[in-house]
Amino acid sequence: MRAGVLDIQGDVAEHARALGEAGAEVVRVKRPRDLEGLQGLVIPGGESTTIGLLMEEYGLMEAVRRRVAEGMAVFGTCAGAILLATDIVGSDQPRLGLLDMRVRRNAYGRQRESFEEEIAVAGIEGPPVRGVFIRAPVIESVGPGVEVLARHRGAIALVRKGRILAGTFHPELTGDRRLHAHFLALAAGGDAAG
Amino acid sequence: MATKPEVVEERGTWRVKKGLAEMLKGGVIMDVTTPEQARIAEEAGACAVMALERVPADIRAAGGVARMADPAVVVRIMEAVTIPVMAKCRIGHFVEAQVLEALGVDYIDESEVLTPADDQFHIDKHRFTVPFVCGARDLGEALRRIAEGAAMIRTKGEPGTGNVVEAVRHLRRMNEEIRRVVQAPDEELVRIAKEMGAPVELLRETKRLGRLPVVNFSAGGIATPADAALMMQLGADGVFVGSGVFKSANPAAYARAIVRATTHFDDPDVIAEVSRDLGQAMPGLEMATLAPKDRMQDRSE
Repeated sequence: MRAGVLDIQGDVAEHARALGEAGAEVVRVKRPRDLEGLQGLVIPGGESTTIGLLMEEYGLMEAVRRRVAEGMAVFGTCAGAILLATDIVGSDQPRLGLLDMRVRRNAYGRQRESFEEEIAVAGIEGPPVRGVFIRAPVIESVGPGVEVLARHRGAIALVRKGRILAGTFHPELTGDRRLHAHFLALAAGGDAAG
Repeated sequence: MATKPEVVEERGTWRVKKGLAEMLKGGVIMDVTTPEQARIAEEAGACAVMALERVPADIRAAGGVARMADPAVVVRIMEAVTIPVMAKCRIGHFVEAQVLEALGVDYIDESEVLTPADDQFHIDKHRFTVPFVCGARDLGEALRRIAEGAAMIRTKGEPGTGNVVEAVRHLRRMNEEIRRVVQAPDEELVRIAKEMGAPVELLRETKRLGRLPVVNFSAGGIATPADAALMMQLGADGVFVGSGVFKSANPAAYARAIVRATTHFDDPDVIAEVSRDLGQAMPGLEMATLAPKDRMQDRSE
């Protein structure tokens, strides 16, 4: 299984390590040509304005949309989730817009309000997942067909539609590889219903 | 006695502090002094801004005591952009740091660019919820700052000079010392710790990771897209650009070009393309012309 990490800006190395430990052959994606042959792509945490701007300039918005239409799976965390949303409250920043949902950036406040806490994730066996929320967004609402997999104190934190997964926290900053393994299984087509 | 498992939301943990720095990697953090400059930086693709009253080149020119910025300046910049906002306090001035934390800045830079408030001790950064970044010229200095609680390091370079030579020197020294630690047998680590003045536990962690235990940006003299890419190719996780953007002839163009050269640091075609027709870079200073008292990098160790 070949999976990529979008390497524009952000915590690329942490996702690359997590995907590798979950069993993938990992590719870093800086240009559209790097997407060829990938079954899954992670859009990491970072600054969504920076990543979106540079994706657009280097042709990655269109290329990622095309590959997703062809069946490539995508997992966006934090900034990555923002870039997947159709609706970003109060912002016209560039985005992929592949998931019908409304997100609010920096919804918990500034860095001093960043936190970690256990959250239960539907479909993940075993103990709860350590949710690391850093200047995190909140998913305020989702459209039809978008399944909510986890909430933090009521606020939507992880969603899925088909092979697209989006979370507001950072599983790559913990040693727990269950979510990355879950994503790779999704990318492999084992569980692409819905 | 049976206790109900408590749901705890933990703030200011080491993971959360260090984690924000991880999110900044591959990016450019720009010094700004006004909301307008902050917006130029954000539109150019900066991953964060550093809110200041004066950029280092102007601090250098003005002389006298340089202090934390006016809180009004910091707040206006925070209101102008959605990306993280950092601000500087004087070395050892924990009350300036308390003020910046109260204002809600996202990262505090305990910085040698300002005049040190304590000539012996740095701030006990573990006491704060907000994370800190500190400067270092070598591995020992970096690990001392991490021991005090810094969750991010920047190699110092020489701020406000537009001369990248010190930034290169410091990053190369850091790399060389990390290589030495990685190759050293375990029994030599205590002696190396003594030589470097670094806690042995952090040296062990450095050896295990093969790198500094926290994110390390390059700072102090980066003035062009090629300078930024140079520091990235030497292994920096990202770059701080102080005076290099807003002391250049065309700040918006420089800001954009430096961001693109940082992302595509290993692609000379991109660096060549973004470097075209930028106009005059910030005026530079030859290191030999700096008197010892003007060397900001030597203000702390």
